[in-house]
Amino acid sequence: MSILRRYRERGRAFLSKAQLDAELEAEIAAHIDLATDENLRLGMTPAEARRQALISFGGMNMAKDQQREARGLMKLDILMQDLRYTVRSLGRDPGFTVVAVLILALGIGANVAVFSVVNTLLLRPLPFPNAEQLVWIAPPPSKCGMSCGTYSTDAYDTFRAQSRSYQDVTGYFAFSGPGNLRLSFGGAPIPATSIDVIQNFFQVLGVQPAMGRAFTPEDARNGAAPVILLSDAWWRRQFNADPAIVGKAFNMNGQLTTVIGVLPKSFDFGAVFSPGAKVDALTPLNLYGPPRDWGNIITMIGRMKPGVPVAQARAEAQFVAPQMCWNNKYAQSCGQYKDAVVPVGLKDYVSGKLRRSLFVLWCAVGGILLIACVNLSNLLLARAAARSKEFAMRGALGASRARIVAQLLTESLVLSTAGAALGLGFAFAVVGWLAHQGAVALPLLTTLHIDGAALGWTVLIAFLTALLFGLLPGLRMASGSLQESLKDSGSGAGQGRKHERLRSVLVVSEVALACVLLVGAGLLLRSFLKVLDVDMGFQPEHAAAVNVDYDDSAPTQLATIAKREVIFQQVLARVGAIPGIQAVGISDYLPLGQNRAWGTPFPKGVKRPDKMPAGPLVYVVTPGYIRAMGTRLRGGRDFTWDDKPTGENVVMIDEAFARFMANYANWPDGNPVGQIVDSNGSDLRIVGVVEDVHEESSEGETGWQIYYPATQASPSGAHLVIRTTLPPDTMAASVMGALRELNPKQTAAEFRPLQTFVDHANSPRRFFLLLVASFSVLGLLLAALGIYGVISYSVNQRTQEIGIRMALGATLGQVQWEVIGKTLKLALVGIALGTIASLLAARAIAALLFGTAPTDPAAFAGMIVLLGGVSLAAGWIPARRASRINPMVALRNN
Amino acid sequence: MSPEKLDLLQGTLDVMVLKTLAAMGPMHGYGIARRIEQVSGNEVLLNQGTIYASLVRIEQRGWILSSWGTSENNRKAKFYAITEAGRRQLSREAAYWERLTGVMDKVMAMERRQAEEGELA
Repeated sequence: MSILRRYRERGRAFLSKAQLDAELEAEIAAHIDLATDENLRLGMTPAEARRQALISFGGMNMAKDQQREARGLMKLDILMQDLRYTVRSLGRDPGFTVVAVLILALGIGANVAVFSVVNTLLLRPLPFPNAEQLVWIAPPPSKCGMSCGTYSTDAYDTFRAQSRSYQDVTGYFAFSGPGNLRLSFGGAPIPATSIDVIQNFFQVLGVQPAMGRAFTPEDARNGAAPVILLSDAWWRRQFNADPAIVGKAFNMNGQLTTVIGVLPKSFDFGAVFSPGAKVDALTPLNLYGPPRDWGNIITMIGRMKPGVPVAQARAEAQFVAPQMCWNNKYAQSCGQYKDAVVPVGLKDYVSGKLRRSLFVLWCAVGGILLIACVNLSNLLLARAAARSKEFAMRGALGASRARIVAQLLTESLVLSTAGAALGLGFAFAVVGWLAHQGAVALPLLTTLHIDGAALGWTVLIAFLTALLFGLLPGLRMASGSLQESLKDSGSGAGQGRKHERLRSVLVVSEVALACVLLVGAGLLLRSFLKVLDVDMGFQPEHAAAVNVDYDDSAPTQLATIAKREVIFQQVLARVGAIPGIQAVGISDYLPLGQNRAWGTPFPKGVKRPDKMPAGPLVYVVTPGYIRAMGTRLRGGRDFTWDDKPTGENVVMIDEAFARFMANYANWPDGNPVGQIVDSNGSDLRIVGVVEDVHEESSEGETGWQIYYPATQASPSGAHLVIRTTLPPDTMAASVMGALRELNPKQTAAEFRPLQTFVDHANSPRRFFLLLVASFSVLGLLLAALGIYGVISYSVNQRTQEIGIRMALGATLGQVQWEVIGKTLKLALVGIALGTIASLLAARAIAALLFGTAPTDPAAFAGMIVLLGGVSLAAGWIPARRASRINPMVALRNN
Repeated sequence: MSPEKLDLLQGTLDVMVLKTLAAMGPMHGYGIARRIEQVSGNEVLLNQGTIYASLVRIEQRGWILSSWGTSENNRKAKFYAITEAGRRQLSREAAYWERLTGVMDKVMAMERRQAEEGELA
């Protein structure tokens, strides 16, 4: 108890210092008076009495210090004193302070921003309660896109009923395209995106609507009144955040749909399940209506029971999968999901692929901080050298070594705190900007913000950096011999030399670190250029796509096809006639968008192998589509309007699929054109072969594609593709005008240049490249600053020497060359070491590279030229200054 | 100050102050210091000033109280008085010192006996 009490008293004493000091003074004065009185009584003279009293008392200041130390918090007192001193001395040197704080702010800010990204994407659980229980249930990745990543409603029901590991299993309809919801207030419908989810979706995820209610089983029954849940963003944007929206009904897709709730701001479907896409609303999926017969349409998400590990759920799925049927009506479709039901942690599914990239990013930004620390160390060393006499003096006056180190550490702590504060502001800006990069296909990006963990991280790295860059100069200063420093005239004597050597070592390491960053950025840049160079199998330049609304409802299937054909022909004729448009065509799906497969067609009459690979992706297109896309026809012909529904069924396939089939069929010259394939029991004649298209990403392998004519197969929508001579953006108004003239109900759909599809697919790579490149530019600048600092300092130190040499006849060129030579030496050693380190680092990031070897000579040569050039420039400025030294002035100085 | 004087062990000054106050009643700092010097027969090495660190330390622990008053020769001085907690602490310390001195006596005695036994052997 008394200990606690004592600390409380000490704290109080620390705060009321002045009053207690005055009291102590009074008490001591009384003591001396009392002692003097007694001595007087003993018969001493007044002077002697007082002298004896003071002698008995002992050291006056020591007694006071002892008392203060006993009563208060001496350490804190010293710290306050050091802080005041630091602030004063930094204030005297504003140039140094500003540069140091800026360097630290950049280093720390970049670190905090990247930490926030890493924390959001990797470290933090997904924004759902008990998110570790959630699993993504899908087959291993395969060639046939989403059709092979989804399950039929029958399969879903079986899985849900048979599995014991889950509290519940839900899912959503995987094939909703952007703009599938048409909201109409009377004028042109407004496009929005909604996803059909199984009614228990929100219960499984643990999400409560911010307003209204979630879906119930009744909402998903046959004949249920249409209802919709709005996303927070759409509710704000489209409905002006109407607080009374729940219960209102709107015309959506031609049906009066009731808003039953608004989702919380923290729930962003796109951020978790379809990065880079904006999902405005969610609607209930009726499992027992038409979707029953649509085949594989559902992606499954499960919430495991508490304590069930993923491995157990995975083992169980092995047993349940063989019982799942594609369609319960067809016994032969049972068992086809064998080995195709694999639960993985939802978090792994969402951001697992990014782990490596984020790790590299983290390393890069750590490198920046290291460079910043080395740089600061260097600056502090230069400053410390200038102050060496001050410290020697303090040492001579009795300051302990620890006290001097503490003083220097206080200084670095003050700097790093200021840097961290500024850096935090900088990080706020960067993170805010990143959170609004909605078009970047990275998960959870929109949920990015600086949170408590990021603040903690800031404090941590502020301390670490202070230690890192403050300790070396501190120890260095405190270890010098007093005598030497006091004698050292500051120009070329022992202490100065030692400092310079240490500073050179620091600069070399800085250059080496910058090297690694530059090589990394160079390799990523080369990879990105390679990705941009990939032949997509279509020409995204000068082409654009827009969603076309049409109504082909008719009593019979033939009538429907006939009606659709007329509409499509009208659209194509009308839009194709607009000046500046070269080619037009329609497809229901587009590459880099959604996809689906309809099984695997195979040469007719040839025995299918036991293990059939997954089928090609299906595109239902009009004549002219492949020309509009810029996909080259390799053999045969495009579709024509003469490929009638009543005529022979025809298809076009891509080269890779043709090659696969040619392996089995005995086609003359392996030429598929004119051959007949069997698909689910019907015959299709191959009339054309087109080049392979990258349908999922620029980087991945191309899959297989098959094209059906829109006059024979049923398209599930219509994307009008136009190829223009003018920039496609400029055509938007006239194309939309033409569409609206033909169909007044045409949605004000987004007119998207094809390039945006490619950019979106490449956006994660572009994003990482941008970050790594800016870090390496930062590293380069810091390294240049470091070189400049050292060379400039050494020129300053040697002003006199240079002056003498010039007085003795050294030429300008000689002086300049010497300074530049010194710079080059530092840079070259740094580059040499950095190259070795880069070779190791490059191997570590090899998996992130595309079409670029880790030893890519261009990246390395670029780095050497860039760093060499920047170093030269950094050395050239002090060299010029050296050559301008006026010998007379230099000699008179000092 | 002669070098033969005893150096005070850490913490012993606090006990001396408590004992002095317990025996003599309220006193000012100078009085306490003088009293210790006198009682010890001027054997302890005491800079009178060091008494103030000790006083503030034990006051913060609640073992003594202080108040300003007037000395017998009419000088304003700060007077210290021992509290109940201080007396309890003092008795604890006294018991400790008795035990310690007892042990020290025995240890010293043992050394002599051992030496004698060594000579006999």
